[in-house]
Amino acid sequence: MSLLSVQDLRTYFHTRNGVYRAVDGVSFDLDRGETLGIVGESGSGKSVTCYSLMGLVPQPPGRIESGTAIFDGVDLLHCTPAQARSIRGKRISMIFQDPMTSLNPYMRISDQLIEPLMIHEDVSKADALKRAIEMLEAVGINDASSRITFYPHEFSGGMRQRVMIAMALITKPELLIADEPTTALDVTVQAQILELIQKMQAEIGMGVIFITHDLGVVSGLCDRVQVMYAGRIVETADTRSLFYHPKHPYTLALQKSIPSMQPKGSELYTIQGLPPDLSKPAPGCSFAPRCEHATDVCRTGSSPELRTIKDGHQQSCLRVQAGEL
Amino acid sequence: MSEPILELQDLQTHFPVQKGVLFKRTVGTVKAVDGVNLKVQPGEVLGLVGESGCGKSTLARTVMQLVPTTGGTVVLEGKNLTASSSSDVLEVRRDLQMVFQDPYASLNPRMTVFATLAEPLLVHKVCKPAEVAAHVGELMETVGLAPRFMQKYPHEFSGGQRQRIAIARALALRPKVVLADEPVSALDVSIQAQILNLLAELVRKMGLSLIFIAHDLSVVKHISDRVAVMYLGKIVELGPANDVIDHPVHPYTRALVSAIPTPNPDEERSRKRIVLPGDPPSPINPPSGCTFHPRCPHAIDACKVERPALEEFNGREVSCLRKAEL
Repeated sequence: MSLLSVQDLRTYFHTRNGVYRAVDGVSFDLDRGETLGIVGESGSGKSVTCYSLMGLVPQPPGRIESGTAIFDGVDLLHCTPAQARSIRGKRISMIFQDPMTSLNPYMRISDQLIEPLMIHEDVSKADALKRAIEMLEAVGINDASSRITFYPHEFSGGMRQRVMIAMALITKPELLIADEPTTALDVTVQAQILELIQKMQAEIGMGVIFITHDLGVVSGLCDRVQVMYAGRIVETADTRSLFYHPKHPYTLALQKSIPSMQPKGSELYTIQGLPPDLSKPAPGCSFAPRCEHATDVCRTGSSPELRTIKDGHQQSCLRVQAGEL
Repeated sequence: MSEPILELQDLQTHFPVQKGVLFKRTVGTVKAVDGVNLKVQPGEVLGLVGESGCGKSTLARTVMQLVPTTGGTVVLEGKNLTASSSSDVLEVRRDLQMVFQDPYASLNPRMTVFATLAEPLLVHKVCKPAEVAAHVGELMETVGLAPRFMQKYPHEFSGGQRQRIAIARALALRPKVVLADEPVSALDVSIQAQILNLLAELVRKMGLSLIFIAHDLSVVKHISDRVAVMYLGKIVELGPANDVIDHPVHPYTRALVSAIPTPNPDEERSRKRIVLPGDPPSPINPPSGCTFHPRCPHAIDACKVERPALEEFNGREVSCLRKAEL
């Protein structure tokens, strides 16, 4: 049985300017110990998907219109607040993109680190502190016993992200959701953090959902990848299939626009146009207006569904499904 | 080799660190840019890379004379900007323009595209007021925007389109050198490719020199002829883009190159990655000798004492004591 099973998740934002379908029918499964990458450009709904699971979507204007997310028998989208509290921060943790703003600047690192332990586990403050220091050492902060009393501003960006990871992992969660955890960091620090996440995953054996827009990060880290566009998953496969045999035109286009994949001096491949306005859903495939292979069939009817091509590899392009591409 | 269009000689930008409220006293100096020598040829694209805090943005701002220099000179076409009066600098800015990182912050939200693009034309009296509209329309077409959007405000455009407006503004006076400070870092991959193509095309068509600052080495390699790698205010390696990025010599460049994740799972999982320990040190109290020695996997005792100079090596310039041994 999978650790997390999301079915037909739809999160819409009801604003004065219309209804934004940020997440529009997303389904996926995650096994224990598995790393799933969610890739997409800004506005594709990758963060909102995870915020919905964690109950972090501001309601209103947001509303979860439909769907279930079964985590170990509990539906995260329809459980009682007490149930949600007992899971969130203990069995499911999250790391956010910007370590500068996601730590409380008024609280010492020590107080922030032991908070999840004090809430979720029956431990004394002294024991909690001891575990916090161990955790800080595990994430590679030297001299942890004295630095634990620091305030966030006394750490650098990379160090703060280590503190965030320590805080997320201190309860030994079964699922870690990482929302662009390295986007705000330099490449050398990014390499340290990715190595750390992999090491901690091996130790704790947790499932990881890793959200990013960087295909390079995904290729080394994830077992499986799903590509999102305009609130929907357009392709999902194991990492090797997705990188070496991508099927959906959007995945292909995304790969082709990375500079390192092309010879120097050549013109970079570009995707024409802009991502669609999520408040005005057009009929047919949402990528059709920018797709060089789109036909009239792509622009009519309902949004195309994901279909399996081969074991574990699904994609939603009608023309690929028809064997035309 | 032809005359360089832009030359930096031992350029230094230091900021005082002050303490106290009423009686400020200087307790240290941040050596943001510390002795940079650089020549840019006409029509050349020079990539400038390094981690945050290495001084690459300060270098660009110093060249633009947006921050005062502490020492050294900036020479543009034989004219020393550091010794010029502010009215002369204004005149020189015609030839030297900048594109900033964040197109959301660098455009005035209360000015239409027309007002933004017309301002430099009017200030520098490039054309008669009656001809401004035609000029602005032409500029917009150059960067791939339809002139009918002239009366729109920045918030009506997407990030990529805004960056096009910022580029059009920089090109309004037909400059000879453009400094682009992380122009694509805030953009998505598909939009990033559009802007990179545009910049490459403009360099080709207008014969511009471009200093392209970025932290993404694959982007820099794609667009640049030469690359300069900065660490703590100094250039540590400088040479042809392909040589430096495919076969780096300086241990810092090697680590930087090895840290870039490649979108190729088999390669990504099999290669050996050099993970540097720690963060870049504070530029207030830079380490002695080679400033990279505390993080360098190849450092020896001599590196802690002796400061390596940027020297010719293997078709490029490198500042490392052990360059020949590694």
